[in-house]
Amino acid sequence: MYAFSFHQPETLEEAKRLFGESDDPRYLSGGHTLLPSMKLRLATPSDLIELNAIESLKGISIEGDNVVVGAGTRHGDVAQSADVLAAIPALADLAGMIGDFQVRNRGTLGGSIANADPAADYPAAIVGLNATVKTDRREIAADDYFTDLFETALEEDEIVTAVSFPTPVRAAYMKFPNPASRYAIVGVFVAETAGGIRVAVTGAGASVFRVVEMEAALTVNFAPEAVADILIPDDDLNSDIHAANDYRAHLVTVMAKRAVEKALG
Amino acid sequence: MTITVSMTVNGEERSGTCEERTLLVTFLRETLRLTGTHVGCDTSQCGACVVHVDGESVKSCTMLTVQAEGRNVTTIEGVADGDTLHPMQQAFHENHGLQCGYCTPGMIMSALDLIKHNPDPTEREIREHLEGNLCRCTGYHNIVKSIRAAADKMATGA
Repeated sequence: MYAFSFHQPETLEEAKRLFGESDDPRYLSGGHTLLPSMKLRLATPSDLIELNAIESLKGISIEGDNVVVGAGTRHGDVAQSADVLAAIPALADLAGMIGDFQVRNRGTLGGSIANADPAADYPAAIVGLNATVKTDRREIAADDYFTDLFETALEEDEIVTAVSFPTPVRAAYMKFPNPASRYAIVGVFVAETAGGIRVAVTGAGASVFRVVEMEAALTVNFAPEAVADILIPDDDLNSDIHAANDYRAHLVTVMAKRAVEKALG
Repeated sequence: MTITVSMTVNGEERSGTCEERTLLVTFLRETLRLTGTHVGCDTSQCGACVVHVDGESVKSCTMLTVQAEGRNVTTIEGVADGDTLHPMQQAFHENHGLQCGYCTPGMIMSALDLIKHNPDPTEREIREHLEGNLCRCTGYHNIVKSIRAAADKMATGA
């Protein structure tokens, strides 16, 4: 990777000041996507501003019917959190499926969703549970947050501080992982929320998306067979050496069916 | 820019110079000459570079040296007690848990983190925990057997 300057601020204000003073800065959290991208020279920041020393970004709390997870909270901590396991077991389950044990010891929620890799797991939970992304300056609704491939609604220097997940009636996540990287080739999050049924798909397209046809079918009948015959169009789906677009479309149906089965326990 | 970093490695205070972009695994291998930690894929998938930082297993190819400043790092070289192998190492030896040996340091460091969290893992739990450790010799059967045997030994303190 190319040379850069490293900074480790202890407050959000200092982090933003450093960002403003740098040529081509990037924030660094767990580093498990950004550092590999830098090795490949796909990312070449002049300055890395590491956010791990900012204590206010860490931790999990219950606020009414919501589980609020700090952006700097590592996947392994979400997976093992008694609060998350009690309120939204599907979220703990999803966090425990990200990467592998060592990746989960470093990777964070904020880093994952700020980077918005099309194959990341968390976007499925954010959209599936209709969560709210909190930043240093505003709150962003799940449906407005992920905009395109590696693109989000975040402004250049904006920092995700936490995500508030409403507790669903029931929910589950199923994924078909790439056997080496454990990234989702296709992952489907199904949830019965206060605002209705939501089905969110990651890995299959440029960005996470909902399948309204499945949501409608599950509203009538929350059972695996309700989605078993719904095949989404594959025109805009990802196609690569790991899985062709028509195969990904097929996997969306299979994973949705399994997620419903799992949600029914 | 050249920077100086200090950390505790295998119980000893170590410091050295490197660049801000130097990966922890490079610092351990090339500056401290602790070459037991291997670089396999260099893409955080294979686990040959697993070390412990403050007691938790991490992939040292995906962590900057500067991020380990002041931390407590344990590598495969710090596992044995002098000439006496750690029960986990001994179990790999006795159960033929290695073929070419390239993945072994990472397997052992990963396995030790498992036993710390789960002293009595089932075969399935061992296999799930090893998700991030790849063996190109495909010697998983005996690796799993070794870890299970080590868990028994470590439980009885034998």
